[in-house]
Amino acid sequence: MILIKNAKPFDVLLDGGKIKKTGKITEKADQVIDAKGLVVVPGLIDMHVHFREPGREDKETIASGSAAAVAGGFTSVAVMANSGRVCDDAVGVVYVNVKSKEAGGANVFAVGAVTKGLKGEELAELGKMSDAGAVAFSDDGMAITNAELMRRALEYSKMFGKPILAHCEDTSLTKGFVMNEGKVSAKLGLRGYPNAAEAAMAARDCYLAALTGGHVHICHLSAKETVDVVRQAKKQGIHVTAEAAPHHLMLTDESLAAYESKYKMNPPLRTREDVDAVL
Amino acid sequence: MALDALLQRCRAWKHRHLLGTKDLSPNDISLVLDVADELGALKDAAPLKGKRLFNFFVEPSTRTKTSFSLAARRLGADVVDFSPASSSLTKGESLKDTARTIESMGVAFTAIRHSASGAPAFLSRLVESSVVNAGDGTNEHPTQALLDLFTMRQRLGKITGLRVALVGDITHSRVARSNLWALQKLKNRVTLVGPSTLVPKDLDAPVSHDFDRALRENDVVMMLRLQLERMQAGLFPSTSEYVRFFGLTRERLATLRNGTIIMHPGPMNRGLEISGEAADSNRSVILNQVANGVAVRAAVLLLLSQVNG
Repeated sequence: MILIKNAKPFDVLLDGGKIKKTGKITEKADQVIDAKGLVVVPGLIDMHVHFREPGREDKETIASGSAAAVAGGFTSVAVMANSGRVCDDAVGVVYVNVKSKEAGGANVFAVGAVTKGLKGEELAELGKMSDAGAVAFSDDGMAITNAELMRRALEYSKMFGKPILAHCEDTSLTKGFVMNEGKVSAKLGLRGYPNAAEAAMAARDCYLAALTGGHVHICHLSAKETVDVVRQAKKQGIHVTAEAAPHHLMLTDESLAAYESKYKMNPPLRTREDVDAVL
Repeated sequence: MALDALLQRCRAWKHRHLLGTKDLSPNDISLVLDVADELGALKDAAPLKGKRLFNFFVEPSTRTKTSFSLAARRLGADVVDFSPASSSLTKGESLKDTARTIESMGVAFTAIRHSASGAPAFLSRLVESSVVNAGDGTNEHPTQALLDLFTMRQRLGKITGLRVALVGDITHSRVARSNLWALQKLKNRVTLVGPSTLVPKDLDAPVSHDFDRALRENDVVMMLRLQLERMQAGLFPSTSEYVRFFGLTRERLATLRNGTIIMHPGPMNRGLEISGEAADSNRSVILNQVANGVAVRAAVLLLLSQVNG
């Protein structure tokens, strides 16, 4: 038996890897872990990770990714489809499930691609992937620029009760960008990605969800205008959900002032106003 | 002034690298210009003898590269030239490894020209030598701004309280940014003039689209190079329309205020942003700018050598 003591909000007693009891615990245990200053939370879920296997094991494997998840307190993750071999068919979904079981770390759920090869041209076999265990569909990393295709994806995925996770970026407005477009990018002489490129695409996807009755989930929103779009869509009863990444809750584009490329990401870090809106 | 006295003055300089005019104080700027002035009197001194300048030009350049070479040689330093096409950059060697490889052979200064904004800032965190930004992407070109200020001081007698129009493609101009930061620090009134698609509204400077008015209201009119790629990118419809609104034509030359000077950092597109008549007129100080570049860059190298000796 293992006892975790002094944590907030309560102590936890573990027996054979399972929680036996919580609360103020006085029982004896074989091992006592002092968790003073720490917080006990349920297993966290990260619904948006990239593990790159199969195909780019040199970057990350399902085993190393799921071990990292567990180390950070995440017991379940959903892995995006843009691995070296794109997860755009049932074989890809089964591969993720098998490798994840072998790894024995976090539960790894597969997100299938919306379009074959993430090319944004033809629908992938969403039904077969759904049957094989895919939890959602996304071309994440690539925006689905063709509105007709997005419409059909939302319509079709509705049949299986699974959402389309949308990476909202009007790429005609973001060519060559390295950061947020605004005062800081003007000063640094760097190509910017305006808020409008995210918000406009999110608005399109919300209207397509309204048209089709499908479920659109807006990935990693970063702009205050996108927050407004989602809020308005929810008011209208559109089936839309959204997520934000931790860095978009804390950091701003001022972090790039000394050209530190570790702050470069997509979508980019925005301004304080955006951070406040996303929070 | 004797060399010793000049070196004594150089001690006020505290920067190990020159990455941009953003980082300079008004005193720093005056110091560079004063040292550049005084170097003229030092004909035979070689204070940088035994030191090497690495001319790390990853982007093409005529005047800046030549100017840095002459500046270094004038102070007795050696120059290591770099040509990207025949270098190991073509084999995939990184910018960092290339700079450190050359540096390990003994280099005191690295003058870098690169198409990516921030490349000199990146390099300055990795190398031992003093990094001089010789133009990075659309960020800064500090030695150009310093030689522009030197030229303004020479021709107009001051570098404060002037009215300066920067004209053309401000968005993509590193020369505009370096001049803007330096001129604003020295309390000059800078107006950005150009089509709304090529002038950022976020630069904390007044913007005007009325070039004719700018010609009547400024002491300095600095024309910037217009790149034709911008037309292909849809930022302006045609060269002829551009000239109609923002070209310094022969007709406009005639409307210039008395005493106003015309500047251009080069390379010029004659007949586009500037007419041949304007470029070659007695208002133009374009060749003075080039000539002054050598003294100003020599001053920068001398100042940096006192910090990173």
